[in-house]
Amino acid sequence: MQQTASIAKVSTGIEGLDEVTSGGFPRGRPVLICGSAGCGKTLFGIQFLVKGIVESDEPGVFVSFEETSIDLTNNVASLGFDLDKLTSEGKLRIDHVQIERSEIEETGEYDLEGLFIRLNYAIDAIGAKRVVLDTIESLFSGMQNEGLLRAEIRRLFGWLKEKGVTTVITGERGNNTLTRQGLEEYVSDCVILLDFRVVDQIATRRLRIVKYRGSTHGTNEYPFLIDENGISVIPITSLKLDYGASSDVISTGLPPLDALFKKGGFYKGGSTLISGTAGTAKTILAGYFALGSCLRNERVLLFSFEEAPDQTIRNLLTIGIDLRPYIDSKLLLIHASRPTLYGLEMHLLVVNKLLVEFKPKAVIVDPISSLVSVGSPLEVKAMLVRLIDTLKIHKINALFTCLMSRIGSTADDGTIEAVSSLADNWLFLQNELVDSKRQRSMLIVKSRGMEHYNDSVNFTISPAGISFAASSTPATSNSANGK
Amino acid sequence: MENEQRWELRLYVAGQTPKSILALKNITRYCQENLEGRYSIEVIDLLKTPQLAEGDQIVAIPTLIRKVPIPIRKIIGDLSDEEKVLVGLNIRPLPSKNKP
Repeated sequence: MQQTASIAKVSTGIEGLDEVTSGGFPRGRPVLICGSAGCGKTLFGIQFLVKGIVESDEPGVFVSFEETSIDLTNNVASLGFDLDKLTSEGKLRIDHVQIERSEIEETGEYDLEGLFIRLNYAIDAIGAKRVVLDTIESLFSGMQNEGLLRAEIRRLFGWLKEKGVTTVITGERGNNTLTRQGLEEYVSDCVILLDFRVVDQIATRRLRIVKYRGSTHGTNEYPFLIDENGISVIPITSLKLDYGASSDVISTGLPPLDALFKKGGFYKGGSTLISGTAGTAKTILAGYFALGSCLRNERVLLFSFEEAPDQTIRNLLTIGIDLRPYIDSKLLLIHASRPTLYGLEMHLLVVNKLLVEFKPKAVIVDPISSLVSVGSPLEVKAMLVRLIDTLKIHKINALFTCLMSRIGSTADDGTIEAVSSLADNWLFLQNELVDSKRQRSMLIVKSRGMEHYNDSVNFTISPAGISFAASSTPATSNSANGK
Repeated sequence: MENEQRWELRLYVAGQTPKSILALKNITRYCQENLEGRYSIEVIDLLKTPQLAEGDQIVAIPTLIRKVPIPIRKIIGDLSDEEKVLVGLNIRPLPSKNKP
């Protein structure tokens, strides 16, 4: 679209990849997908075909050099891909090409015309527009005449191009080359590299477009996810500071807290940071925020990195915040996972996916500081910037809690540093011992573009919830105490 | 090896290419010389019956398949190496003991 339609493209069938490739794969040309074992090449191919059939009405042929069609069918059934059904409808053909070196003798000259004929027959039988060859390099382990194989594979790619089918060719990654047999030399149009990396015991799948002739494309490494819906790539690096800012105000969910802000709450679409040491009621404030959103009939997505959903609900119930009806009515979705379950990029991907699927108006991350355990401060900061920007673009009310290890010590808290400069509002919670009694207090550190109460406010927590000490709150809701 | 053993061979070709013609000429000669009266050769032209390629797992052309006696053996190429073909089809035992 950005270019003058120089080459026609077809949808890749993989969520997010069309954006990264500015429209999809080149129509009628071969695309090479390479990567090491287990990085998702076969699934990539299957999804390309299945979505091609379902979404673009383009029948497809899958030539499997490794797995039998039964294995393939079973392997992808869990992803909701019903290959048997598509096959019986005449939209899909799976041809398992088996080459057993042990039972084949070679003498004299030959060519791969048999493969060409099979492929041609399969393509014509269903009028296929898409073909997947997975993994054609297996031929090299089945036959000895390498020079001949190379020449024939080159001829095959040329023939597929002439035939006008969009072909995905998978290749196993070599030591110093993209593929073991150097297939990249023969496929010059589009090459995509899949990567499965484990850093600090956390695995992340990534994808990079190595080459795409005649097209603009993203050059970054994009994390991708394999889940129950197949592969999705979510481009998250193209964010800019050009989101709109709303002047509308939403409630914090806690009326006495609203009163501390001149306009009676947070700006819509803003981000709020709640920081404090352990036990300073961060999650409770997050609970109020969630409740407030539910009361406005707006969907809330709560990422809980420390508690299971039931535990969060139970605990909030003890102080009068009842979120159960909203769970039932699907206004509130709690996504609980250990931060170390997967890498930062993957967390971001999950957030992005849920944003698309659940379409929340508010997102809460409790606590954001636990992400530090997954990456270096720099990485965490980069991730948080992306997260906050993403939420901003979607005009989502965001709230992050952040656990500080010690009072007053922000030096070791990379997250605080990272988020505080990005957040629009910052509430700081404290527990102090005054005459052997716990004194809870809250301070609005900042609230961008909004006049707010400047003093620290004392509060207590009872079964009725949070109540502010009368002496320390402003007399009327609108009189911000400008010192 | 019993003398009554019959040999059923199948040669896959794709049109009348020089390689295919040579392969047929070669295998016919080897059979006449070694299996007189005890063999049959079926030639399948995949240009005419492409649907047959999948069943016998044909990739290379020409491919010779020994259907009987079992197990199935495959030899690809123009079959120009007589020794290799005869050994591959198990018509003649290995000259020396099992070569790697």
